[in-house]
Amino acid sequence: MDLFEDPAPPPAPGNQPEYTVSELSGAVKRVIEGEFGLVRVRGEVGRVSRPASGHLYFDLKDDRAVIAAISWKGQVAKMQVRPEEGMEVIATGRMTTFPGQSKYQLIVEDVAPAGAGALMAMLEKRKAALGAEGLFDPARKKPIPFLPGVIGVVTSPSGAVIRDILHRLRDRFPRHVLIWPVAVQGEKCAAEVAAAIRGFNAMPADGPVPRPDALIVARGGGSLEDLWGFNEEIVVRAAAASRIPLISAVGHETDTTLIDFAADLRAPTPTAAAELAVPVRLEMVAAVDGLTARLSRALAGGMERRRLRLSDLSRGLPRLDALTGGAAQRLDMASGRLSGALGLMVARKRGAFDARAGRMRPDLLLGLVARRRDGLDKRAEALASRLARRLELAHLGLDKWASRLAPALHRMLADAGRKGADGRARLDGLAQRLDAAPARRLADLARRLEAVDRTRLTLGYAETLKRGFAVVRAGGHVLTRRAEAEGRPALEIEFADGRLPVAPAGATPPPPQAAPPQPAKRTKDRGDGGSGSGQGSLF
Amino acid sequence: MSDKPVSEMSFEEAMAALEGVVSQLERGEVALEQSIALYERGAALKAHCGAKLAEAEAKVEMIRSAEGKVTGTVPAEGL
Repeated sequence: MDLFEDPAPPPAPGNQPEYTVSELSGAVKRVIEGEFGLVRVRGEVGRVSRPASGHLYFDLKDDRAVIAAISWKGQVAKMQVRPEEGMEVIATGRMTTFPGQSKYQLIVEDVAPAGAGALMAMLEKRKAALGAEGLFDPARKKPIPFLPGVIGVVTSPSGAVIRDILHRLRDRFPRHVLIWPVAVQGEKCAAEVAAAIRGFNAMPADGPVPRPDALIVARGGGSLEDLWGFNEEIVVRAAAASRIPLISAVGHETDTTLIDFAADLRAPTPTAAAELAVPVRLEMVAAVDGLTARLSRALAGGMERRRLRLSDLSRGLPRLDALTGGAAQRLDMASGRLSGALGLMVARKRGAFDARAGRMRPDLLLGLVARRRDGLDKRAEALASRLARRLELAHLGLDKWASRLAPALHRMLADAGRKGADGRARLDGLAQRLDAAPARRLADLARRLEAVDRTRLTLGYAETLKRGFAVVRAGGHVLTRRAEAEGRPALEIEFADGRLPVAPAGATPPPPQAAPPQPAKRTKDRGDGGSGSGQGSLF
Repeated sequence: MSDKPVSEMSFEEAMAALEGVVSQLERGEVALEQSIALYERGAALKAHCGAKLAEAEAKVEMIRSAEGKVTGTVPAEGL
């Protein structure tokens, strides 16, 4: 057949069955699913993605190959350990294909960390991430009440743990305990524990069920995987957010879960948690009793101390009469001596007075007066002699001055006489000149008057009257013209020896007037002329 | 000395206050009247502490819950 077939042309397609793509893909799917119905694959988790659908897509790989893996949403929820990138895992699942992309893939039902080392590495990573958020800060930790009234316990309602806790609480200090039953391992553990912590915190403070004053989250020892729920982020966050102080007690002393870091206090065991939650009642009773006893003792001691001190002091205090006795005695003595002392004093003073009074006699005073008088006389004498001496001296001085005074007076008188003679001589001269001056002047004036009068007489109208002229007047006025005289009732003619009133013909003569001669106009005119000769011719 | 009324004190506060009163009284530095007042306060604190210690009743209940809320309790049997 081989020889025959080799050179033969390719066999006609008619011999081979012909598949459609879907048929082939379905055949492959059947083969793969049949062959790898349930497999466990160990590998490193590669890229992980979880879309909104809730399904988890990730790669499993080793150094040469990659297999795509999927966990459906329901499967993911059940997983105790969720695959994370870089984690070494053992995935359990079945192989299948995805014909739409010509892919084969592993449907992973469960993932287990490949060995404790891998799990611990993941735990460290998570711890670092949550720690970086500050959930483990010591500053967040609240103190556990010394004596909580109500204690909430989050644990499994069955098993040794809750019994241990209740037992220890009863031993120490029976309390009101509220148990919130939860699954402490398995897929529901983390969610239930977190819900319980939150539920206790959500209780109203004054609701029908009293809210706990402290919480204990407890679980017995187990494998790392068994305790894994207490490493979950949801539990850690709930513990960190708890406002009620929380004590964690998960596993044995050597087991450490992440809730221990978020709790306010970590107890190595559930029993220890009960011990941390409450004090020992009897110890407290003893402590209170001890304090009470000390209180009474302290008060009594204080009183006793004061009493002792008081009695000490009062012992040290001297008796009153001892204090005053001396003084009283001195007072008595002094008052006893007082009256006698007064008399004595008077007597002594009187003695002194008498001694002095005896000496106080009138002749003593007279003697004193006489002595004083003597002294006075002596001083008066001395005074008189000194006065005489002073007078003598003054006389001497006066005589000297007087002796000088007479010559000086003579000199002065001579001087004055001389001066007086001189003055008289001058006065006489002046008097002669004075006497002579007016006489000469008068003589001159008389001569001049005489001459002038002679002239006057020669020039005056009176002389003219003597020569036969007359002056005619009317009414006191000198008339020089006929016209003036005409019509006048009376005229007056002056002659050298007097005046004569006349009446012109036809006129009644006026009564004669004895009036003094009026200064004639002519006279006046004559005066103005100054020279009689020129005027004379005018008349 | 805290101003908080004794009746409102927690056990721990009352204990601390009692200790304070006792040690103050033991030092003997207080006046007589004050020491009597301190004693009376100490007696009140002691009574309060004693009452707190007498409230030692063991009561264990199981929480009933729905959707994270407490709906009630049932007595815990056999624990």
